[in-house]
Amino acid sequence: MDWFDSWALTLATFLPVVGIVVLAFVPRAQESLIKTVTLVTTLATAAVGVGILANFDYGSKGALQFDPGPKTWIDAINSQYHVGIDGISLPLLVLSMFISILCVVYSWDHFPEPHNPKAFLMLLLVLEVGMNGTFVAQDLILFFVFFELVLLPMYFMIGVWGGPNRQYASIKFFLFTLFGSALMILGFLALFFNAGNTFDIPTLVEQAGNIPHNTQLWIFGGLFMGFAIKVPMFPFHTWLPDAHTEAPTVGSVVLAAVLLKLGTYGFIRIAIPILPEAAITWAPIIGGLAVVGIIYGALGCLAQKDMKRLIAFSSVAHMGFVMLGIATLTDFGINAAVFGMVAHGLITGMLFFVAGSIQERFGTRELARLGGLLVQAPKLGWILGFCAMASLGLPGLAGFWGEFPAILSAYQPAPGLSEPLFRFYMVVAAVGTVFAAGYLLWMYQRTAFGTPKEEFAKEHIHDVHGPEWLAWSPMLALIFVLGVYPRLLFGVTDEAVQTVTAAFRAVGGP
Amino acid sequence: MGGLLLGAAAQAASGFKTPHLDYAALSPEIMLTGVLVLVLLVDLVVDETHKYLVTQLAGVGVLITIIPVIALAVDGTDRSMFGGAYVVDNFALVFKGLFLAIGYVVLLMSTRYIEEGDYYEGEYSFLLLSSLLGMVVMSSSRDLITIFVALELLSIPAYMLAGWRKRDLRSNEAALKYYLLGVLASAVMLYGMSLVFGATGSTVLTTIGREVAGSVGDQPLVTLGIFLIVVGFAFKVSAVPFHFWAPDTYEGAPTPVTAFLSVASKTGGFVALMQLVYVGFFGREEVWGPLFWVLAALTMTVGNLVALRQTNIVRMLAYSSVAQAGYILVPFAVSGDSPLAAGTAQTAMIVYLIIYAAMNLGAFSIVMAVARKTRSGEISSYGGLFNYAPGLTVLMTIFMFSLAGIPPLGGWFAKLLIFQSALDAGTPTAVLLAVIAGVNSVIALFYYASIAREMWMRPVPDEDRSPIGVPAPLAAALGLTALAVVAIGIYPQAVARLGDLAHLASR
Repeated sequence: MDWFDSWALTLATFLPVVGIVVLAFVPRAQESLIKTVTLVTTLATAAVGVGILANFDYGSKGALQFDPGPKTWIDAINSQYHVGIDGISLPLLVLSMFISILCVVYSWDHFPEPHNPKAFLMLLLVLEVGMNGTFVAQDLILFFVFFELVLLPMYFMIGVWGGPNRQYASIKFFLFTLFGSALMILGFLALFFNAGNTFDIPTLVEQAGNIPHNTQLWIFGGLFMGFAIKVPMFPFHTWLPDAHTEAPTVGSVVLAAVLLKLGTYGFIRIAIPILPEAAITWAPIIGGLAVVGIIYGALGCLAQKDMKRLIAFSSVAHMGFVMLGIATLTDFGINAAVFGMVAHGLITGMLFFVAGSIQERFGTRELARLGGLLVQAPKLGWILGFCAMASLGLPGLAGFWGEFPAILSAYQPAPGLSEPLFRFYMVVAAVGTVFAAGYLLWMYQRTAFGTPKEEFAKEHIHDVHGPEWLAWSPMLALIFVLGVYPRLLFGVTDEAVQTVTAAFRAVGGP
Repeated sequence: MGGLLLGAAAQAASGFKTPHLDYAALSPEIMLTGVLVLVLLVDLVVDETHKYLVTQLAGVGVLITIIPVIALAVDGTDRSMFGGAYVVDNFALVFKGLFLAIGYVVLLMSTRYIEEGDYYEGEYSFLLLSSLLGMVVMSSSRDLITIFVALELLSIPAYMLAGWRKRDLRSNEAALKYYLLGVLASAVMLYGMSLVFGATGSTVLTTIGREVAGSVGDQPLVTLGIFLIVVGFAFKVSAVPFHFWAPDTYEGAPTPVTAFLSVASKTGGFVALMQLVYVGFFGREEVWGPLFWVLAALTMTVGNLVALRQTNIVRMLAYSSVAQAGYILVPFAVSGDSPLAAGTAQTAMIVYLIIYAAMNLGAFSIVMAVARKTRSGEISSYGGLFNYAPGLTVLMTIFMFSLAGIPPLGGWFAKLLIFQSALDAGTPTAVLLAVIAGVNSVIALFYYASIAREMWMRPVPDEDRSPIGVPAPLAAALGLTALAVVAIGIYPQAVARLGDLAHLASR
């Protein structure tokens, strides 16, 4: 399988491009053909993903695999086409492929106005190229190109197919992210000139220590802006509720499930291992913003009237847990963070699917107008309940394994970090979980319990139907399986995380 | 008596040595001159209904002229004439090729526009080719006088072209403003050149470079001379605060001419500046470094902020091209910091100019295509374009986001190199300028995206959804520019290599 080893990641990234080219030649009117082509493309891409899963060497998860070595790309700036994955990228790459298929399946008969499946699905495939590419890139410039590539399709998805306030939300999303990435690319270039004229991530990780501490701090600041806006961390989160509220269902799902992870992934893959000394200095700030985000997101949720906006604020809180885990700079915390990323992707993705379906059925997402979902559409109601429980971190479901270990990891942060401070963060984060239970149960109670509101009482509400079952059941199953058998994921990430944190044993050790 | 005179003349003649002329090196210029004479002659013969043949002849002529440029590039030897005043090296060849390519695309854009507008067609092609010849000469000029002659040769036909819609008051205004400010700039520049000549005793840039780097360079006369020359060219490249002519001229001039001015004429100005700065004035970076720093920061910021408020697409593109000139000035501002930074800076500028040409010409081609139907330059007339012209919409989206610098479209690499040149210099002022450029690229996104928003997210203004007919030459121009933008974006090495090869040797 030498051939597969060197081409798998390139295929996984660029197979959707084939689909885009084919779609370009299919007339706009042949909608079922368009959908079939897209589905086949995402399935074929995922088949490559399955091949990668099967051929992944689980004995050396910390090393880069499927890495055919750097290939020349832009000699002028010494940037190379270098791809490879380890135990951290693998689950995220698979998550991205998996979510892409489910989005196509869900889209089968849910196309928001102005319809036009051709353009919508082409954009979805462009998104997939960008997402997969970001998770496999091992060169900073390559990473940057893929990281930015997701902006355009998401901008159009929100702006064209979104809700009433879509134009504002889409440009806000774009401007915020671009501001971050402008500073991020300056950081990349500064790395290039300070660490031996290379953009190669593995090489940079080795040479990182040579950069003077002060310069490291500045560079980390640039990278921090790029990634923190994408996560988004408090106080850069304001684009997220708008983008989520206005985006079409599929857009919200992709945004929550994968795009936010590009930011946290950037911290784990680039900022922290390359600039470990700066990471130690920045960690208390990151941890602080993370716990502020947890509390702020939770309080924000309690003030929401719109279901999607509530879920968006809950994302801010959940990403706060992920960032807290990362900020501890420990194996334990970063493992929890990666788990949290996948779990949040599945759970919040599901919540947005359900919110989209509720909106489609009732024509509103206003919590005050909803009620009695369990009476009118019991299956949909139970699914919402299941996701809400998973989201609040009920043990036995996936959400728990992202949240609980992240809080626990703050008890004993990496050497060099202030223990009392992180223990304080731990307490605050723990209080945040109580809030989380509060707002999710409150939302569930208002939508699902009681009797239907008068305006909808007479209406016939469809329960979950075919494409929805097809799209949702794999996600629900995974939320459950990861919940009862977390080793499935922890077992893949642990060694790779050890290579990320290796620097702290060297740098920050007593 | 008569014999005496004759004898004196013969004596004078024997003292005059015929300069060495390398006809191979001059072949692109000679060929282009041949083409433009031919265009003028054919125009006399061809009757009114077949004038498009003249434009086509001009286009073919420009394409053929690229052949000797390529041949010279393959040959690869640097050729120098007239004591170093006229040099054909990689730098010259890259820009000759670029100018000819721009000329060809502009001719494609002009073909139907001039014909349908009932303007003089043969003369139009002739003037365009003359201006093009000026640019081709400019690429090789390493001498103050040659630079000045080339500049006038490229400018004077452009003044006339700007007023080509002679029954339109705006076009008259455009031409007059462009002419007056152009002449003013020339005067300022000439004064500066005379000071530099006075101090250094030479018009050849390499000699000036040697002198300026030595003790002569410290004279206030030279400082003033450099200052005035840079200011003169700041007019040409429409750098703030010398940009006032640009929006009015761009709006009033015929659209293909606007495209030509905003791309080719501006590139001509930058080519001259690069030669002056890197060959002539490199020893005095403390004079031009801060000057370019201020110009770059102002040009980017003012250009972008004013562009935000435009409602007319051509004016918006005008301010956008002012802002783009600001980005191109960034490498100048930082290249004095180290010889290595100067190399990176030159690559950045060359690459930026190539990519900028492709994306800006593409954007103007779309403006022309859409105006064929809407007869309007208002941005609001682009409402709902996606509904009835999806192809044009996608292309315009590509050009706009490329100008904004979003990967994977060409513009991202151009911007990256600008940032890289600033960080390579690495001084706090250079990094500050990079941050200003970064913030500006975010501001710029707002107005570029607003065009996309108009096309994709707004309703059709008058519910007229009839498709837009795009004539074949314009479609070809669109195809070429879009292909260049996307291909460069995915494989930037193609142009980066040109940029690396084409460095000017400092001194």
